[in-house]
Amino acid sequence: MAKAFTNLMNDRAAAEREKAGASGSPDAGGEGQIVRRMKVETRKLNFFYGPSQALFDISVQIPEKSVTALIGPSGCGKSTFLRTLNRMNDIVEGARHTGEILLEGINIDGPEIDVVALRKRVGMVFQKSTPFPKSIFENVAFGPRLTGVSDRRELEEIVSTCLKRAALWEEVKNRLTDSAMALSGGQQQRLCIARALATNPDVLLMDEPASALDPASTSRIEDLIFELKENYTIIIVTHNMQQAARVSDMTAFFYQGHLVEMGQTQQLFTKPREKHTEDYITGRFG
Amino acid sequence: MISPADMNPPTSTVVNNELRQALTRKSAVRPAEVAFSFLCKSAAWSSLGILCVLVGSVMWKSWGYLDWQFLTSFDSQRPELAGIWAGLLGTTWMIFLTFLTAIPIGVGAAVYLEEYARDVWFVRFIRINLSNLAGVPSIVYGILGLTVFVRMFDLFAREAIVARLTGHIVEAVVILGVEIPLPLGTTLAAGALTMSLLILPVIIVATQEALRAIPPSLRHASLALGATRWQTVRYQVIPAAVPGIMTGIILSISRVIGETAPLIVVGAVGFARFAPGKIGSLSDLAHHPGGLLEAPFGKYTVMPVQIFNWVGQARQEFQGVAAAGILVLLGLLMLMNGVAIIIRNRYQKKLRW
Repeated sequence: MAKAFTNLMNDRAAAEREKAGASGSPDAGGEGQIVRRMKVETRKLNFFYGPSQALFDISVQIPEKSVTALIGPSGCGKSTFLRTLNRMNDIVEGARHTGEILLEGINIDGPEIDVVALRKRVGMVFQKSTPFPKSIFENVAFGPRLTGVSDRRELEEIVSTCLKRAALWEEVKNRLTDSAMALSGGQQQRLCIARALATNPDVLLMDEPASALDPASTSRIEDLIFELKENYTIIIVTHNMQQAARVSDMTAFFYQGHLVEMGQTQQLFTKPREKHTEDYITGRFG
Repeated sequence: MISPADMNPPTSTVVNNELRQALTRKSAVRPAEVAFSFLCKSAAWSSLGILCVLVGSVMWKSWGYLDWQFLTSFDSQRPELAGIWAGLLGTTWMIFLTFLTAIPIGVGAAVYLEEYARDVWFVRFIRINLSNLAGVPSIVYGILGLTVFVRMFDLFAREAIVARLTGHIVEAVVILGVEIPLPLGTTLAAGALTMSLLILPVIIVATQEALRAIPPSLRHASLALGATRWQTVRYQVIPAAVPGIMTGIILSISRVIGETAPLIVVGAVGFARFAPGKIGSLSDLAHHPGGLLEAPFGKYTVMPVQIFNWVGQARQEFQGVAAAGILVLLGLLMLMNGVAIIIRNRYQKKLRW
């Protein structure tokens, strides 16, 4: 049963890939070599909180099924950038932006876009784990319930699949009706990941998901990110440079609202193009 | 383990007499400390003492009057036959009808103010006035209720606007076979609506505080899962706020049970030998279930008004009857508060914080 759900998810992804291929994917070029489709893209994104500008001309391309780390000192705009991608900034009064944000080539700011549907496809995990004050089961089932899934068997299937994907199933399978608040910090964070997976997203945004956790829990989350990469496009904000180096394929360095440099993680950490980046990753400032 | 003997070079401990001096207590007790704790203790116990004296003296006065006959009889001119049954039923109806209107309106208003309204001057103005309204004397609400519900601005009077527009003198409307008088007049419904106005500020303010205490991260987490604003409020925010809302309700139950002045103004009857809707017993209910719909639109009395009426009687024996009424009133108050607290605690457990 669980497998059916997984297959369903994969089938959908495959169908979409075909569809995109037929209509000519934007990055279909590069003769002979394997082309990775871009999942998320921004073009000249400027972001403002009231009168103050938080992001300047950010243009990035993030390939699907990869992990992209956003690094930079506090207040550099990386979290703001992350929150524009599922329009969580909409709820901030006085926030506005210019430029384009594209999810698989579709402008997510278009007037016809349903922000509620968008957020189901672009899941988010916060820095502080935020389990609902309900049972473990109800936490994961909340998303599917919103979309109208009410069949108990179906919900159980989704809950177990998502908890397995979030590497939490073995620890909680015998106490799904216990309060989520009783879990440890690391377990709560994995529960939040499972909860985000339950709405069947294909992009996962993570805002410093391990910064409040001990080293053992952090390493579990990192392993999990590595596994999830197979099916999801992950964008992670982190303060921890080693973490960025360990888990990500691409890294983007933000400084004072500007995107200083973005590239393959290995290249950025070993041969940064910009002096600024080098200073930051070697700990000379920040 | 390192023992001093293993250490190299050998160690020695010198007693620091200056330090011993500084650490030695100057006197066995600190007088200010003792006096302050005594004052606090006596303040706490004196309030309990006063309550005991009060209840004790009321019990003493009520001796011989508080019995089963008193609980189950209607009022009477003769003190030994007088009972509080009409008031007990009236107060129960009053609580039910008041919360039936006050909870949805109060919680709705608070949810709007906290979850939806933008922070503009008009909303701030409403917020400030809500706190002020909670402090308005109850008699003022009585006069408000008299104008708005009992008389309905005299809109339905002869020569008034309704008569002129329709050409008829409207005295009532019939909905689902129940005759609703217009204006409401001195009915239970008018009384309950007046009491709703009285407790609305308390419920709104308590609910607002409960909503404010819920971390924004809970809302963000819900929104990030693709929940709409309404789904977030309905499934996450309000359930988490229930214990706080219940606190507001518990505070207002006491007011609904105890308020006398506004109900006298809006026409609660002092001497009543009837039950609301003519349902005074289970057999009445079986024979005449329609009375449940008629009760809100008929005359009524409540316990404090009955007690007020007894206290004003010339015959000395009625003081004992009034004392018995006060005990029943306190009993009902504790019962209702107890039930509300149990509900709140059960909900708190269900929340699994």
